[in-house]
Amino acid sequence: MQAQQKENIISSDRSVILNLSELWSYRELFYFFTWREVKVKYKQTALGVIWVVLQPLIMVTIFSFFFGNALKNDNFLGLPYPVFVFSGLLLWNFFSSSVNSAGNSMLTNAPIIKKIYFPRIIIPVSALLVSGVDFIVAFVAFVATLIYYQVHVDLLALIIFWPLAMVFLLLGTLGISCGLAALNVKYRDFRYIIPFGLQIALFVSPVIYPASNISTPWVGYVLALNPMYAAINFFRVPLTGMSEMNFALMMISSVSAILFLVLGIYYFKKTEAFFADIA
Amino acid sequence: MKPILEIEHVSKRFRLQHQGVAYLSLRDRITNLFKSSDVMEDFWAVNDISFQVQPGESIGIIGRNGAGKSTLLKILSRITPPTSGRIVSRGRIASLLEVGTGFHQELNGRENIYMNGSILGMKKAEIDKHFDEIVDFSGTENFLDTPLKHYSSGMQLRLAFAVAAHLEPEILIIDEVLAVGDAEFQRKCLKKMEDVSKGGRTILFVSHNLVAVGNLCTRGVLLKSGRVMAEGDVKDVIRAYQMDFEMNQNTVWQRTTATRAPLWFESIKIQLNGDQPAMTLTIDLALRSEKKHNKGFLAFDIINSLGVTVMQAIPRIDPFIEYQSGLQNLEIGIDLPPLVPDTYSLTLWLGAHNNETFDMVSNAVMFEINETPTKGRTFPHTYDHGSIVPPSSVLKYTK
Repeated sequence: MQAQQKENIISSDRSVILNLSELWSYRELFYFFTWREVKVKYKQTALGVIWVVLQPLIMVTIFSFFFGNALKNDNFLGLPYPVFVFSGLLLWNFFSSSVNSAGNSMLTNAPIIKKIYFPRIIIPVSALLVSGVDFIVAFVAFVATLIYYQVHVDLLALIIFWPLAMVFLLLGTLGISCGLAALNVKYRDFRYIIPFGLQIALFVSPVIYPASNISTPWVGYVLALNPMYAAINFFRVPLTGMSEMNFALMMISSVSAILFLVLGIYYFKKTEAFFADIA
Repeated sequence: MKPILEIEHVSKRFRLQHQGVAYLSLRDRITNLFKSSDVMEDFWAVNDISFQVQPGESIGIIGRNGAGKSTLLKILSRITPPTSGRIVSRGRIASLLEVGTGFHQELNGRENIYMNGSILGMKKAEIDKHFDEIVDFSGTENFLDTPLKHYSSGMQLRLAFAVAAHLEPEILIIDEVLAVGDAEFQRKCLKKMEDVSKGGRTILFVSHNLVAVGNLCTRGVLLKSGRVMAEGDVKDVIRAYQMDFEMNQNTVWQRTTATRAPLWFESIKIQLNGDQPAMTLTIDLALRSEKKHNKGFLAFDIINSLGVTVMQAIPRIDPFIEYQSGLQNLEIGIDLPPLVPDTYSLTLWLGAHNNETFDMVSNAVMFEINETPTKGRTFPHTYDHGSIVPPSSVLKYTK
């Protein structure tokens, strides 16, 4: 019937390395999983996709009202407070919604995992892609805010630092999302730890106040372990210049993002074969 | 010609923890640091299974509950890895352990066809190509833009099977997906699967329904306690299964494994009384409970040796079993209709509601009927024409 087929072998050996060619052959499934979630997310909501813009705008307004006034004497790297907080929230919301949905994704998709094979990593990655769609819409709103406040943007820095910020945002988010998704299968405690941890993480990330406000050095080093630290600060460079950047802390945070990626994917790959047995 | 599928010494071990916890919590992990680890028991769900499948063959895998059929299918479908051994496949495998995997209630029919097809491994272009056929097969053309939640369960099933039927892998693995749906639809599915196997594709079919296996498959593999007990021509394998079934009759069942149900079957004992064609089956039950639960009730399925459920009994339709800590006993009587000689098994269900099952024990106990229900008939009476022989009479005869 067909020419000699390629042999596929199923055995107990498992690789912890991502099989990229296999992932490529499943590229349509990435698309369908993402498309399904995007479709379902705003079904039966009156405002629909407007929520994507409304959510960050409401948060920016609230933060500006409370923190903007309370921290009036602080220096927001020379930016109007709404622009400052929006630049942080834009990236933070992507991180937070990705981690939240990816963290629970293996459990919400357990019925599928138990019935059919596909590379499991498609599920948390699709959760990221869904948040990515929201990110793009919110990003347009952010650019509009920049124009409204007539913020000076260094275009050369933008070409270098925005892609760099996106890379670290993706690395950190992907690593943490995959790691938590896998941990949540085994230890259901993470269902409760994740939302709680995200709330705390918002306050230790340079979202609502600038990182340069921290005067105790060792606290600064600990906070820089957060991969979002590098992503958010890189993202602000074209708006603020590099004068207030602490290179040591940026290095720590960048390395931490890469470590999170490697560890997260390693743990995911190591445990994925048994998801169907314990999910 | 090389075999399309070679299964070589495949085994799968599950570790059973004696407290019966399905997953760990961090607290367990942390407390376990300070005490000796739990007693672990090894359980080999699949134990050193080897067989080969030639291209174009259709193989039926049969065996009782717990024989390892589902685990073997899960290994073949790559859902769970084997503990040892290996499988060499020379073709694209698609597995149908369930129909409608990935269906989402909020999406409409069209969207679900694409989602489900894609999860089953079809390319978008393939789905595009077969889209009209799928819609036609399912008979849901007027509902394509309606969200799935407004479909009847029968329509959902038809849509799901229509997608699955248009898969074109070299090797198709099918679990008992046909156990659902009305008889008419089951026939349609079996017909479609016959076409598939005649089209030269390789099929692995797992079912309790020996009639379906006998019709569809040419070769059979009988599993028992995780091992291959018989392999060969499907008729011989079915015969071996039935003999094994008859030799291992049990009229008493006792729970040996832990359960997390709020109310469960602790022991079951059956006894057959009376003579054909008016026999009664008496079931003595001991139920146990340790935590508060909703009121429950019972239902029974009676299954013949071919695995076909021939009747059901529901002694009381209202939930009547109240909560009581510890054991409580019940005695149930079922008036059996006239049955053909065969070995029948009993599946027992306990729950509060259709959607709230406490406990279910499949094929736990068996009884055998030797006498024919039609007195004076010398020709052997078998299940070939059905299991129940209702009283009938000639009302009129004009010459």
